[in-house]
Amino acid sequence: MTVGLNAFILLASLLFAIGMLGVLLRKNTLLIYMSLELMLNAVNLALVAFSRYNGTMDGNLFVFFIITVAAAEVAVGLAIIVALFRKRQTVMVDQLNALSR
Amino acid sequence: MLDILFYLFAAVTLASALLMVLSPNAVNGAICMIVSFVGTAALFVLLEAYFLAILQVLVYAGAVMVLFLFIIMLLDADKDQHRYLKDKATLAGAITCFALLTVLICSAFAGGDHLPEPVLSAVLENPGGEGVGIPFTTSAKSFGYSLFTKYMLPFQVTGFLLLAAMIGVIVVSKKQEELK
Repeated sequence: MTVGLNAFILLASLLFAIGMLGVLLRKNTLLIYMSLELMLNAVNLALVAFSRYNGTMDGNLFVFFIITVAAAEVAVGLAIIVALFRKRQTVMVDQLNALSR
Repeated sequence: MLDILFYLFAAVTLASALLMVLSPNAVNGAICMIVSFVGTAALFVLLEAYFLAILQVLVYAGAVMVLFLFIIMLLDADKDQHRYLKDKATLAGAITCFALLTVLICSAFAGGDHLPEPVLSAVLENPGGEGVGIPFTTSAKSFGYSLFTKYMLPFQVTGFLLLAAMIGVIVVSKKQEELK
C-alpha cells in the first residue's frame, strides 16, 4: 500500500475535528456523547496507524485498553443520562440551567 | 488497489461522521455512527490490525451503539427536532472553530514539510532486543502474550475498572426510593 502515515493522521485529525464540531454544536446530550465517542475513535485510528508504521505492537495494545475503558465509560455515562432524565424530564443541554435561575 | 480501498473507506467514514453530527434525528445519527465505526474497522483491516477490527465491530458498532439506540428510544430524546442546534452565537463559534481547525490540519499536511515517515525502528533491526516495543505481528496470539507479560498490571486494573463500572451503573440506575 502506497498510502503513507500522513494520510491516516490527516483522516484521524479530521474525524477528531468533526467530533469536536458535534460537541460544540448539538443540544441533545446523547448526540454530544456520541460525538465524544467519535473523537475517541479518531484517536484509536491514529494509534493503530502509528503502531503499524513504527513496526511495534504497543499501539495496538493501547487501542485494546481504550476500547475496553470506552465501553465501561459509555455504560456509566448513559446510566447518568437516564438518571438525569428521570430527575428533569429532558436531556437538552439548554434546558439544564438550574444553576442560573 | 489498496489505495483505492483506503480512499473509499476514508470517504465513507468521514461522510457518515459528518452526517451523524448534522442529522436532526437522533436515531438517524446513531445509524450513521454505526456506518462510521464499520468504516474505521475497515481502515484497521487495511492497517493489518485484524483483531482490533473485529473488536471494533463487536464492541463499538455492536454493543455500544445498541446501548445508545436503546437509550435514545427509551428517553424519546428527539421531541423538538426543529431546534436541534444551539443558538446562533454558539453556532457561529462552533463553525468558525471547526473551519480554523480544518485549515490548521490541512496546512500541516499540504505544505512542504510533512511529518517524517518513520524509518524502520531499532526493534526490527534487532528483533530479540530487550527494553523496546513488541514487534508488530498480525496474529491475535501476540495480544494474549503481551497482555499477560508486559501489560499485566494495566490488564488487571482494566478488569477491576469494568467491575467498578458495572456496580456503578447498577447503583446509578436504581430508582431513588429504593435507595432510601
